[in-house]
Amino acid sequence: MSHLLRGHAPITDEGWRLIDQEARERLLPGLAARRLVDFSGPKGWEHSATNLGRVENTNVSELKGIEANRRVVQPLLELRSRFTVSRAELRDGDRGAEDVDFTALDAAAQRIVEAENTAVFHSWPKAGVQGIAAASPHKPIVRKKSFEDYPGCVARAVELLLRNGVAGPYGIALGREDYTSVVETTEHGGYPLLDHLRQIVKGPLVWAPGVKGAVVISMRGGDFAFESGQDLSVGYDSHDAEVVSLYIEESYSFRVLTPEAAVAIVAPKGR
Amino acid sequence: MGFDQYHEPPEELPQQTRTFARLCASLTEEAEAIGWYEQRLAVEQDPDAVAVMSDAVGEEYKHFSMDLEFLLRRTPKWRAIAKGVLFQEGDIVEHGEAAEAAADDGPDGDAPGAGERAEGIASGNGSLGIGSLRGEGL
Repeated sequence: MSHLLRGHAPITDEGWRLIDQEARERLLPGLAARRLVDFSGPKGWEHSATNLGRVENTNVSELKGIEANRRVVQPLLELRSRFTVSRAELRDGDRGAEDVDFTALDAAAQRIVEAENTAVFHSWPKAGVQGIAAASPHKPIVRKKSFEDYPGCVARAVELLLRNGVAGPYGIALGREDYTSVVETTEHGGYPLLDHLRQIVKGPLVWAPGVKGAVVISMRGGDFAFESGQDLSVGYDSHDAEVVSLYIEESYSFRVLTPEAAVAIVAPKGR
Repeated sequence: MGFDQYHEPPEELPQQTRTFARLCASLTEEAEAIGWYEQRLAVEQDPDAVAVMSDAVGEEYKHFSMDLEFLLRRTPKWRAIAKGVLFQEGDIVEHGEAAEAAADDGPDGDAPGAGERAEGIASGNGSLGIGSLRGEGL
């Protein structure tokens, strides 16, 4: 049995099928980082650190004639988002109910999606993760309130990347507000803004809950590395007569290898 | 030359199952080649020929390993069992039994291309089988 302890949960095979299916459906739409950056793994729960190929600059040896250097590694981050499921609802699911209440699961999925996106695209200093926008040396491009200049902003971001020798195709992680506006906006002449942006970047436009504004990044590969240990999984914690306590879990590290391969687009101040 | 890797009418099989069958056939061919080279090397007396065939069998090792890795990535329960068996010290059969029992703790879904795996849900280890989504978007 794995550390997820699924075999100890008072949940039938059908119950697990419903839970896994619901979790997957709720997680997939918002996992923006995995659509835009290099993904490796999953390397398993036992995988604890990413090899950086470097050593500390300090000789830690106390022995004459011996040099000793400690390797530098990036520890993986463990994320866990807890939720409960009513045992009565699970019994209904076993009977064939098609509307089992997974409200808490849905909220847990959204939390872990936003946490993954926030770490990758912005930063999570306490977790030792520097995100794409925070690492970028480029000054963020400030869009207008109305979004009418959005194609121009994206074009400027792409031109900035090209000027720095960063080839495409490019992709855009769109925060909630930017995504909604991009999808609903048409330019002069009725041309959808979405189609215009696609022509500029030649890559995917991705809904990225947790991202503030937007981030234009190169998708040529080799610039951003997401290393998965335990990929997103559902595990068991405890139960009582009424509810089963479960969690969605993953472990990963994220590294920006080419900071200049991304440009942030931000909202004007004073909004 | 036919389409011997299929046991069912190919037109009735989903694309992913046909791909899976092709890689299974390839895996078998690589394993056969490794066995043939092993026999040839056992009897060959010419050192130059031994050198050439030793180099060639290395290619087969690589091909077999790549085929296997592909198949394991597409079959979570197989992968879970393989993790408990491959590269482990000790009794192979014991590891196999333990790995199978551990994989059986999860919901079923061991047939490649079947049910849950078709939906991308890894069944053996609790993983939701999401992995990379690179390039997917609007």
